[in-house]
Amino acid sequence: MKRRDFIQLSGMGIGGMMMIPVLGHATSPEAFLDAGIDVAVKKRLADAALHAAKSKGATYTDVRIGRYLNQYVITREDKVQNIVNTESYGVGVRVIADGCWGFSAIVDAKTERDTARAAEEAVAIARANARLMKSPVILAPQKGFGEVNWKAPIQRNAFEVPIQEKVDLLLEVNNGAMKNGANYVNSVLFMVNEQKYFASTDGSYIDQDVHRIWPVFGITCVDPQTGKFETRQSLSAPMGMGYDYLQVNPKDKIPGITTRYNAGYDMLEDAVAAAKQAREKLSAKSVEAGKYDLVLDPSHLWLTIHESVGHPLELDRVLGYEANFAGTSFATLDKLKSGNFNYGSKEVTLFADKTQVGSLGAVGWDDEGVPAKRWNLVKDGTLVNYQAIRDQVHILGEKESHGCCYADNWSSVQFQRMPNVSLAPGNEPLSVKDMIKDVKKGIYIVGDGSFSIDQQRYNFQFGGQLFYEIKEGEIVGMLKDVAYQSNTQEFWNSCVKVCDENDYRLGGSFFDGKGQPAQSSAVSHGSSTTRFNGVNVINTARKI
Amino acid sequence: MSVLLTEAEAKALLEKVIKLSRADECVVQLQGEVRGNIRYARNEVSTSGSVTNKDLAVQSAFGKKVGIATIDELDDASLEKVVRRAEELARLAPENPEYMGVPGPQIYETSQGYFASTAKITPEVRAEAVAKSLALAAQDNLTSAGFLENRTGFTAMMNSKGLFAYYPSTGINFSLTVRTDDGTGSGYVIRGYNDVDKLDVEAASRIAVQKARGSVGAKALEPGKYTVILEPTAAAVLLESLYFDLDARAADEGRSSFSKQGGKTRLGEKIVDERVTIYSDPAHPELPASPWSQEGLPQKKISWIEKGVVKNLAYSRYWAALKGVQPLPFPGNLIMEGGTASLEEMIRNTKRGILVTKLWYIRPVDPQTLLMTGLTRDGTFYIEDGKIKHPVKNFRFNESPIIMLNNLETLGRSERVVSTESDQSYLVPSMKIREFTFSSLSDAV
Repeated sequence: MKRRDFIQLSGMGIGGMMMIPVLGHATSPEAFLDAGIDVAVKKRLADAALHAAKSKGATYTDVRIGRYLNQYVITREDKVQNIVNTESYGVGVRVIADGCWGFSAIVDAKTERDTARAAEEAVAIARANARLMKSPVILAPQKGFGEVNWKAPIQRNAFEVPIQEKVDLLLEVNNGAMKNGANYVNSVLFMVNEQKYFASTDGSYIDQDVHRIWPVFGITCVDPQTGKFETRQSLSAPMGMGYDYLQVNPKDKIPGITTRYNAGYDMLEDAVAAAKQAREKLSAKSVEAGKYDLVLDPSHLWLTIHESVGHPLELDRVLGYEANFAGTSFATLDKLKSGNFNYGSKEVTLFADKTQVGSLGAVGWDDEGVPAKRWNLVKDGTLVNYQAIRDQVHILGEKESHGCCYADNWSSVQFQRMPNVSLAPGNEPLSVKDMIKDVKKGIYIVGDGSFSIDQQRYNFQFGGQLFYEIKEGEIVGMLKDVAYQSNTQEFWNSCVKVCDENDYRLGGSFFDGKGQPAQSSAVSHGSSTTRFNGVNVINTARKI
Repeated sequence: MSVLLTEAEAKALLEKVIKLSRADECVVQLQGEVRGNIRYARNEVSTSGSVTNKDLAVQSAFGKKVGIATIDELDDASLEKVVRRAEELARLAPENPEYMGVPGPQIYETSQGYFASTAKITPEVRAEAVAKSLALAAQDNLTSAGFLENRTGFTAMMNSKGLFAYYPSTGINFSLTVRTDDGTGSGYVIRGYNDVDKLDVEAASRIAVQKARGSVGAKALEPGKYTVILEPTAAAVLLESLYFDLDARAADEGRSSFSKQGGKTRLGEKIVDERVTIYSDPAHPELPASPWSQEGLPQKKISWIEKGVVKNLAYSRYWAALKGVQPLPFPGNLIMEGGTASLEEMIRNTKRGILVTKLWYIRPVDPQTLLMTGLTRDGTFYIEDGKIKHPVKNFRFNESPIIMLNNLETLGRSERVVSTESDQSYLVPSMKIREFTFSSLSDAV
């Protein structure tokens, strides 16, 4: 049973099909320029729901009135395959009644009668389920903020950029790749705008405007003689930015064996490089399995951070709330309480952050009215905290939520989602070049590839986009068929060096799945290039 | 008006929209659905809710210039607005060389995917079902986490050449993970049906309880190549990577596991064991699916792999025209024929092997060979001399479904399963496979 509609993007080179969730229905691009419902009307609609829930006996209520805009421009070679414009508007009401949560959502709720009906249904659901509760929900107090707002600090609203400009960019990118040896190229621009209004019985009325963008391509080179093919994905990061992310700026380019990008992405340049590199991969040396020192670029390391630090330190997983789907966590409460659990080496400080400008997780307030903040998860190698929301923090003995609550749509119930989780840069000055200089037998990995980790986040396996063999401090050539396997604690304890803040960049996930029904969220992970010693590398080549 | 329209109501509404069209061609799609769910963990309800949704989409075309617009209000003024908007967009759009025009009227098979029993589920019914499951786990110092979701909905489409299609359906899925309180054992079950009367929450819950208890005290085995018995839930998540790869265009372009050297494809070649037959059938009573594709083409009973030979790949209308063949839509369901062996018989006939309940976090490693990686989870057991000897620690595997189906030993009976990766339902047998590659151990329970 499908939770939602999906667009199937084939040939993206990430193993057949990329499933893209479509949250809403198609609309025309000019509809994006509508301002949406006035904030005064939203307040009136929200108040109707708050009042209706209270009159039915709810002890807490929050109302989210959401307008979610998506635009996806999808091309291959010299063709525009699809331009998807979606808009989704509705209300979701969450209540506590008889000590139990209840939630109801209604599409196109534009009258007070609609929002009140959602509130009444949410109370009915809470009451039906209350008998299945062992103890009532304990909600951390949160002061109300009155009528406030937050807007992502974007330079250029992607939804105001004409479609033609976007189409021209992608077709130019595709052309650049084809002229440089690609057999096929698929490119996509994903753009998201969340206009969300939150009101609660705590006295908050919060209006927020969130923007995200992700330009991405997949290039395939085929050798018809051998029947072999190789791919190279873009090295872009999904960002909490507007169209300004596509502004080409020399200061955002990181030179090296391949150019990497910071807060501005040169998509054409990357596509040209990718076509040549995919071709080069066809004749690259197949890796010899064994132990290597790994030098991991931020465009790769973000995913390892996401899977091996971000997810295991979600308190809902630790407690068992995700046991039936995403799983639980090895990082149990007793490890935190011991005060000396070595998550990683002394070089490793990992922090959670909902405030970093340009990141996917940045907001003013989370989806239960808690202001955005920053805190440490692992400090100098030791586990010091988790990510939590209002109905969980009492378990940590804390009185204030961490502000990690998020719902991907008005129709989804908000729950604990990962904030940006990042690796702090090293304190000593260190460049990538100097880091590589010290490596005797290693692999330098750029870009994210295949990924898989167990349900308690011990054992993982990661691939990548580009693999360069390092011998005696020098890059000697390209490798292929590379994946590394490790165990989270062992891996982070093998971290010996982190480059300084000059190399700090964001990577991220645009469609991170969690929960039942499954919800998608977007989250960034920052790091500088980092070295891990003696990691087990396998060869992934097979014959069929 | 309810969001759930009858066939007559949907037809009347769609006719009204088509009449408003001034474009060369027009297609209208309409859908509505109501969903309800209950989620529990730590032996109590965590979240639950309901969602009501509807959507009308109009695609207008002038020549090969196409525009799409949609709306969720269905009054006359809104319908006029959405049609005009789609037409404006079509006039502004670049020509799409792959646009094939709309197909004429089609004849569809009957597929019974709607069950009144499922459509009448209330929050109380969900709570009642979950209470039974919770009671079972609570008896034994076990911790349960589960999810029950039901859906009632319909999809309909009409185009300016007179094509009309309507398909109502219902569904219910139930999944449960039971863990021992000390976290040393974990068991899982998942069931999905169109008809809620087929779902026995209590019986399913007992399986998860049994696996949780049985998996306590797992011993480590060396990673390597083992004979495995994959239960249908485990087999399905590997098979579906093959299913997602059934695209003729990617194969012709030289970039799928169905491509081969010299720019050719494996169509017509034997690629797996001759006992492997995989087909789709929208009218299958155990796995009903929409009898029409997204473009409105009829879904029929189609053989994809027959006795190990690739019989068909999916052709879009564009690719089919280019290649001079008939279009064949991507299937709406997938059925792998089973054998006659019961799971017990397969275990009894195994000298040394591993029984796998579930595979988890499956990701492609190499699209060329369909090499996948992932881990065992929620019940992995060592078999020796025909008997389950003890639980074993979980493994990471690196294996391709194509290699795996070449190493087939025995096929069990086919049964309906839900993919724990994609949520899609399939009919898949349990299967015994030799030389399945486990590459490392995991400490996860």
